[in-house]
Amino acid sequence: MPHWVDLWPPIRLTLELASLTTILLMVVGTPIAWWLARSKARWKEAVAAVVALPLVLPPTVLGFYLLLFLGPQGPGGEVASWFGLRTFAFTFSGLVFGSVLYSMPFVVQPIRNAFAAFGDRPLEVAATLRASPWDTFWSVAVPLASPGFLTGAVLGFAHTVGEFGVVLMIGGNIPGRTRTLSVAIYDYVNTLHWTEAHVIAAGMVVFSFTVILAMMLLEKRIGRSTR
Amino acid sequence: MSADPGAIAARYAGTLGGFTLDAAFTVPMHGITALFGASGSGKTTILRAIAGLQRLPGSLSVGGEVWQDDAAGVFRRPHERPVGYVFQEASLFPHLSVRRNLVFGRDRAVAAGAAEDVRFDDVVEFLGLAKLLDRAPARLSGGERQRVAIGRALLAQPKLLLMDEPLAALDLASKEDILPYLETLHERLQVPALYVSHDLAEVQRLADTIVLLEHGKVLATGPLADVLTDVNLPSARRPDASAVLDAEVGAYDERYGLTAVTVDGGALLVPGRIGEPGAHRRIRIAAADVSLAIERPSRTTITNVLPARVVELRPIDDAQMNVVLTLGERGEGARVLARVTRRSVELLGIATGQAVFAQVKAVSMIRRKRTAVSIRRG
Repeated sequence: MPHWVDLWPPIRLTLELASLTTILLMVVGTPIAWWLARSKARWKEAVAAVVALPLVLPPTVLGFYLLLFLGPQGPGGEVASWFGLRTFAFTFSGLVFGSVLYSMPFVVQPIRNAFAAFGDRPLEVAATLRASPWDTFWSVAVPLASPGFLTGAVLGFAHTVGEFGVVLMIGGNIPGRTRTLSVAIYDYVNTLHWTEAHVIAAGMVVFSFTVILAMMLLEKRIGRSTR
Repeated sequence: MSADPGAIAARYAGTLGGFTLDAAFTVPMHGITALFGASGSGKTTILRAIAGLQRLPGSLSVGGEVWQDDAAGVFRRPHERPVGYVFQEASLFPHLSVRRNLVFGRDRAVAAGAAEDVRFDDVVEFLGLAKLLDRAPARLSGGERQRVAIGRALLAQPKLLLMDEPLAALDLASKEDILPYLETLHERLQVPALYVSHDLAEVQRLADTIVLLEHGKVLATGPLADVLTDVNLPSARRPDASAVLDAEVGAYDERYGLTAVTVDGGALLVPGRIGEPGAHRRIRIAAADVSLAIERPSRTTITNVLPARVVELRPIDDAQMNVVLTLGERGEGARVLARVTRRSVELLGIATGQAVFAQVKAVSMIRRKRTAVSIRRG
């Protein structure tokens, strides 16, 4: 008989991790995307490549470096000591940090493309209509890029939900703290709990399908109203 | 730099990606000034620099306010310059309704302390936008979009209106739809405008002052009528070279369907009922439509024969010449161009100072409506 109550903590943890990561990515990723879309600096593509690195880097490699970074000997451990902790590795905070880096390209790329798509003209028009750059950003750039924000948020969220390698490397498998859904599936399969694995896996399929479908429908609607 | 409150003074010099601009001009702070030249003459670049969208080395003062002065380290950013900019493409904000596009600049200008001289309702009425207010820009025709863009620029309470070929991207029908608004705008709004165009007919119709540009340099600046009849400028060599004159409408002759108009130094009869007596119209007389006679022709089908004096003669090519005339017995009136052959000039012995008769074959009315209503209050 499967222990259904054991399924809930990883689901809740995963949702918390993905939500927090998505919010942080919106805050951190938007200025990066704006800079990448608008800057004329020659070295901006190098920055873009760094942001995109997690796309091609094996998650274990990223996880390995994160482990060193967050561990007691790394700068992350130094920061952790300010809060009376020994390390950020194997903590929820560490997972959030790792997820932000790992999911960054999925958020930055669509927002950058959306910012680049409308060109200089709307911003120039706004300037001639007395809008300051800050005002223009919020009243023109963000609304015009809204499909990109939506895509970025959904991809960032979904990608964080499905993250495995990085979590295992820096989070381990501590129930309630770092044991996310994908780690839980791996765990259940290892211990031959097929029923639980099935339930979570099927749930993920349904979740992913719903998310992608909703995003496509929403994008279509926004696309209609802004063009 | 000194800042003349009655003038717009611009001086820009710089190189932009292989293109060298070295232009300086001072134009009055009223009426429409055309920046006229072929593509590549730098007119759009100058307009963008005046709006602050492009930073060129130089200086700019508008109505007594210094907007740029490199020597003093002054550069007002675009949103700190009270301009209304109409781009070639309407460039409406696609995510906002027509109404919210219109008030975008007004709300910000008023919040920044500008007096609301141009009222929303007046602009909507003037440009005929009432039915479009709740529509999305995507659902407007090209002409409607440009009308909204003009309204949006006017509502930003500008001290200077900047228009970058606002008709160039439109089809002929939409162009004809917008032109009357631009003409009347002129009389209804006390805001000076800089109007970039490469279309001479448009300039003749709208402008009061003209800045003639070529390859990034100013060839001439002055009142439209003077610059157009300056035979030393390349514009006078164009086949469509013409003079524009202000005409006051006189009596209408029912029997022949002709209206009498008076211009400075003469009187003309023009076909059709062109307005109420006392009204002013701008007329254009093409150089090619004016021929010369030494004695008053007695039996001719040409209705308009005016005494004039020859002011200047200038060859265009081997065959043709431009003759500058001033209308009136003593040549005290408006300047008109005549295009004649060099052969005729020699055979008739036409020379500077000579009294002649100008036979005007065609007169076109280039500005029709004039309304007394003002959209600017206070």
